[in-house]
Amino acid sequence: MNARHPPGLLEGAFLILRKDLLIEWHTRARLNALLFFALATLLIFSFALGPDTKLLEQNAGGYLWLAILFASLMALGESFRVERENASLDGLRLLPVNPRAVFLGKALGNAAILFGLSLVLIPVMVGLFGVSLALGLGSLGLILVLGCLAISAPGTLYSAIASNGQARDVLLPLLLFPLIIPALLAAVKATSLVFQGDPMSQLNSWLLLLGGFNLTYWGLGVALFPQVIEE
Amino acid sequence: MDETPAASAPAIELRALSKRFGRHWALAGVDYTLARGDSLLLTGPNGSGKTTLLRLIATAISPSFGAIRVAGLDAVRDREELRRRTGLLSHSSFLYEDLTGEQNLVLAARLLGIPDAQNSARSLLERVGLDWRSGRPVRQFSAGMRKRAAIAKLLLKPPALVLALLDEPFGELDPSGIALMERLIAELLANGVAIVLATHMVDQGRALCRQRLHLQEGRVASP
Amino acid sequence: MAQRTRQGLFALAVAMLAIGAWLGLSWAPPDREMGDVQRIMYVHVPSMWMALLAMTLNFACSIGYLLKKSWAFDSLAEASAEVGMLFGAVGLALGSIWARPTWGVWWTWDPRLTTAAILLVAYAGYLALRRFVEDPERRAVWAAVTGIVAFVDVPLIWYSVQWWRSIHQIQSSPKTVDPQMVLTLRWNTFAFLALGIFFIWSRYRVAQSERRHELAAPPTLPSAPQGLTASGVRL
Repeated sequence: MNARHPPGLLEGAFLILRKDLLIEWHTRARLNALLFFALATLLIFSFALGPDTKLLEQNAGGYLWLAILFASLMALGESFRVERENASLDGLRLLPVNPRAVFLGKALGNAAILFGLSLVLIPVMVGLFGVSLALGLGSLGLILVLGCLAISAPGTLYSAIASNGQARDVLLPLLLFPLIIPALLAAVKATSLVFQGDPMSQLNSWLLLLGGFNLTYWGLGVALFPQVIEE
Repeated sequence: MDETPAASAPAIELRALSKRFGRHWALAGVDYTLARGDSLLLTGPNGSGKTTLLRLIATAISPSFGAIRVAGLDAVRDREELRRRTGLLSHSSFLYEDLTGEQNLVLAARLLGIPDAQNSARSLLERVGLDWRSGRPVRQFSAGMRKRAAIAKLLLKPPALVLALLDEPFGELDPSGIALMERLIAELLANGVAIVLATHMVDQGRALCRQRLHLQEGRVASP
Repeated sequence: MAQRTRQGLFALAVAMLAIGAWLGLSWAPPDREMGDVQRIMYVHVPSMWMALLAMTLNFACSIGYLLKKSWAFDSLAEASAEVGMLFGAVGLALGSIWARPTWGVWWTWDPRLTTAAILLVAYAGYLALRRFVEDPERRAVWAAVTGIVAFVDVPLIWYSVQWWRSIHQIQSSPKTVDPQMVLTLRWNTFAFLALGIFFIWSRYRVAQSERRHELAAPPTLPSAPQGLTASGVRL
């Protein structure tokens, strides 16, 4: 008989993360659809708000994060639809797997997908809206990472709740959107500063807000997720 | 809290066990004790609460009223430890549709901390008669193949397994699958694992199990 | 006995509100800068404070439920969220009515108004969640999680909106330094508190009776569980 060493929290989370990314890779068509949805959203914004290029450039940060936010609803919903198909989440629970590892793995996976999406959207924005990266790629990268993490943590928690009942498509945005406003504000403002320059050195304050939001919500997610998925 | 169950503790103890879904009582006041290593045939018409009972014992859901003990462990307090020692074969396969059978099993094996997960997974898949080399995702499996994959996943649990809960295990299996299932049940029993078998195939069940529990509308009844 | 207390409380609240109306509408002097328009503050401010108090109560009960799994906490959380929404909506409307003659617009992105509006939507989501989940235990756990997550967000929302607006505009707020004004405001605050407690208490009783109905023991068992606890009887 071989001795068993059940994985710790981080190793378990990594296995779950890998599993989620593997599933997304096997069904790449879904990811493509997500990408085109985000691109379509960006296009719609340009048309809805008029061809004034000055206006588009000024508000580019807002459009980017709105596109990411709308795409996140699909990604988050998908993340738990996969678990519902054959009661796979129950299967994980009953193995048993530490539910906190499940949360970390799934939330990081969702964040990774959103981050990948945002990386594709940036060159599109440069082309469509004529924005330039005044503060450089590093700052932008950091903002994208923090923003995607900030959406993913509460999003994964709420998606676990919303995906169970009726009206799951309505409940997730209704719960998530008001909550995410501080992170959205910070991400949009910071992104605008990256596009337009930061004469008054405000970037760090917004990054701090994003950081604080992330710490709070990753902490809450790890603490509360086990109770959410138990029956 | 002493986590090693007493060797003499019964496999299952149910006291006034009840489960409500909305207004409907799926189970109402079930009392039962199953000795360690024993085998139980669970019968009853559709909707009598068999699946609910199995899910309760497996701790997939928690009781509305009453108590459950498995091998001396309380189903609510010692849930995690209990889950290590219980295996559930259910209507849902617990498999990820977009992964292959091998990937599903390797994931489960790694999460259980089984060393050399890949070889364990492959040998188990071969044992249940699935060709892991084909690399087909579960989505392309037939119902019978899914059942076999679910069985393989269950077999990852021994030797910690104390109790196996089988909900209609013969469903969707072809004759060779049924023979496989019967062999596995016999093997588990020989290794001291208690079995609860819920099935409509009463004759098959009676041949395999020593005890019998019949449910009617969520209550214990005579068959 | 409890019913008598509740009825007394309601009578007290109504009486206090009536006196408070007189205080606010005629006894207190008009504001030096804003004139009589400022009088609406005597109901707007207590309303918002009650809303905030109710939200805090919801937060405490949500934590209480997750730790103790007692139905009293769940019912109290439900009651305080609904009553808080009511006071918040009323307060927001009153604030809007005040803003119109004062700033010339029905709405402005004042940090307090904005934060209040966001909170209202957040708790509307909380109540929608409660509506959509049938199983009482699941509903209680998920609502508690949502309540905690929403409440913890409040300082983050407040700070981010403040920072967002401060770049553009400086807010003005009504000052109440005149002792008559202070008294009027205090009186009305307590009147609203009495009313709020009455509402929450009544709503709590409704919620508890709903729970009792939902959680009745199965008919065949000889004895029902004592009290309303979420966990089953132990062996």
